[in-house]
Amino acid sequence: MAMSGGVDSSVAAARMVDAGHEVVGVHLALSRNKTYGDGRQRGCCTLDDARDARRVADKLGIPFYVWDMAEEFAEAVIDDFVEEYRLGHTPNPCLRCNESIKFTAVLDRALAMDFDAVATGHYAQIVQGSAGPELHRAVDPEKDQSYVLGVLQPRQLSHSIFPLGADTKDVIRAEAEARGLLVAQKPDSHDICFIPDGDTAAYLRRQLGSLPGDIVDAESGEVLAQHDGTYAFTIGQRRGLQISRPAANGAPRYVVDVEIGTRRVTVGPPELLDVYALEGIKPIWTTSPLGDTPIELLAQVRAHGVPVPARAHELDERVMVELLVPIRGIALGQAVVLYDGTRVVGSATIASTTRAA
Amino acid sequence: MSDRSYLDHAATTAMLPAARAAWIAASEHLGNPSSLHAAGRFARKVVEESRESIAADLKTRPSAVIFTAGGTEADNLAVKGLYWHRQQTLGAKEPLRVLASAIEHHAVMDPVAWLGDHEGAMIEWLGVDREARVNTTAIGELLSNNSDVALCTVMWANNEVGTIEPIERIAELCKEHEVPFHTDAVQALGQVPMNLGALGADAVTVSSHKVGGPFGVGALIVNPATGFTPVLHGGGQERDVRSGTLDAPAIAAFAVAIKHAVEHQVEHAQHLRELRNKLVQGVLATVPGVVLNGDPDLLDGGRLPANAHFSFPGCEGDSLLMLLDAAGVDCSTGSACTAGIPEASHVLLAMGVDERTSRASLRFSFGYPSTSADVDRVIAALPGAIERASRAVSSRSA
Ligand SMILES: Cc1ncc(COP(=O)(O)O)c(C=O)c1O
Repeated sequence: MAMSGGVDSSVAAARMVDAGHEVVGVHLALSRNKTYGDGRQRGCCTLDDARDARRVADKLGIPFYVWDMAEEFAEAVIDDFVEEYRLGHTPNPCLRCNESIKFTAVLDRALAMDFDAVATGHYAQIVQGSAGPELHRAVDPEKDQSYVLGVLQPRQLSHSIFPLGADTKDVIRAEAEARGLLVAQKPDSHDICFIPDGDTAAYLRRQLGSLPGDIVDAESGEVLAQHDGTYAFTIGQRRGLQISRPAANGAPRYVVDVEIGTRRVTVGPPELLDVYALEGIKPIWTTSPLGDTPIELLAQVRAHGVPVPARAHELDERVMVELLVPIRGIALGQAVVLYDGTRVVGSATIASTTRAA
Repeated sequence: MSDRSYLDHAATTAMLPAARAAWIAASEHLGNPSSLHAAGRFARKVVEESRESIAADLKTRPSAVIFTAGGTEADNLAVKGLYWHRQQTLGAKEPLRVLASAIEHHAVMDPVAWLGDHEGAMIEWLGVDREARVNTTAIGELLSNNSDVALCTVMWANNEVGTIEPIERIAELCKEHEVPFHTDAVQALGQVPMNLGALGADAVTVSSHKVGGPFGVGALIVNPATGFTPVLHGGGQERDVRSGTLDAPAIAAFAVAIKHAVEHQVEHAQHLRELRNKLVQGVLATVPGVVLNGDPDLLDGGRLPANAHFSFPGCEGDSLLMLLDAAGVDCSTGSACTAGIPEASHVLLAMGVDERTSRASLRFSFGYPSTSADVDRVIAALPGAIERASRAVSSRSA
């Protein structure tokens, strides 16, 4: 049972115990920089979180250990995150963490030690289908985390348990309260646990240094401003452009392109952001491969994005996705997760997009 | 036979029934040992009789015993108190040197490092050999330029690998060069003969819960002629060197535990040694590739009789610990754990063990309640745990 010290994994652990499993709590140490939280910071990696998790385990009467995954995490998640940004992409580190750490490094270690499965406090559901375990959305649309689990393969799913997927967050909070778990009032954790202040641009500037370039108008080609690193820009971004002059027609401008070689950031009107088709690489299928005949599915490109109807098929290790409703502002490096109703079919990393209809 | 085997007595051991009885008896009386009235006099009598008893058992004078709230506090008082006092008496403007072994417990190592970081002290970490033993010749050379050495601290016996250090020789060298000498005897007490009067160290740390007394009480046994600058300021209860109301019941129980430890030291060591040797021989015979760390002499010229410390190459200590825990065996990786995050042991690294092997290590430590059945349980559980733990390692490097 992966225990972060937060509400969700604590209730999940309690439910695992109630279900009669022989449960061992494991807290992942993902950072060698050990600090105590200040009580305000939301995260998953402070010593306070480890202590909270230990208290919950003690309360439940289960053994508890800290597993040091800092090296694996730095390599598979943080280095990848920085490198992707350097390439002008926008990665999702939670997906990478699930793919490489929680459901690979942790799961493999647990299986090697003769445990049967890894349970986590993710909001998602596993349904036994005719072709094997299926990954489905959680019932709570606000909390659904199936998107960041879209990287799981059949073998991983068959050894995973998500005890929370059939309930809403309110039910879980109330249950934490009723069980007397002190973590009931803890805020939800941050999007990116290794950037506790939430300032991704500043983090990347520290990692990558200053790489100045131009901010250019898409329509006039005019240089509007300077920036000190393309990594601070994501396609579709509107805020933080620091352009003093408004567009000719007064309309807001968005980042429409980020070019690494020339360090050029292009801004323009939102219409330029509409994506009609995309190509994904490194596909992962939760149950079985998609196949090369286009089929109608739903496509989602952000953790809390709206799924849109799409037609998708495989072509030479790639996934071709035609979006039947355009999605505005897709950055390369994001994951596209394909759904069949509530079922996760699979995911791929977006390598190119088509913006003209 | 109980269904678990506790083999982590170096972390803490079971309270002795006699110590518990003394503790409870003293707790039934009201009184602050510093008060002048009858209740206070009674509490003071408990404290002073305990002090005399401890002094007699350790072969020193009652005025040498400074009670503290445990081994950690006594170590801090020794390290910082000696450093600051030495600085004062030398009127030193320049930073002073501290000689400390590289294998000290964190309760010594961290105050020493703190002096380096915050007071500008120059720290000479004394290296050790493959058996974790310091080199007295090297210490002698460092001491020969003694004018700026504030103190030398080398533990009596190491808490991880059980190596007994040549502290008599170091005490002699320090005396010869007029440098204050501290030794942390927390692990050694009860396992080796102890004559503090003959040793002549300036400060010796002992802790109650390692010898069957309650937690949170210990003592620094000092040379009353040696000066210490206080670390805790307040009522000055302990010779103005240490402040805080004394815990009379805990001190009474501590004295009983020390008496027991000293009076039964020889047969206790014999009992521990038999069990430990059975474990070592069993493990060496059943586990291919295993390495016994520390002094290999199982007749204990140079090793604590309670200690067995192994490296199991190809495994991670924390996986093994978890699997043995599930099999009913409580043992330890022996290294410092902040919030349970395993770190490579500074002791093993100082011994020249590589980082990977040092992470593959476990300590088993025996105590008076230990039995032969505990050894059998470990030997029965180890092969399965090792097999699974090594699978877990290969899953990681795959
Ligand atoms: C060698 C040594 N010194 C000091 C201490 C700390 O003693 P206490 O737990 O009484 O603070 C310990 C115990 O962990 C120890 O093994």
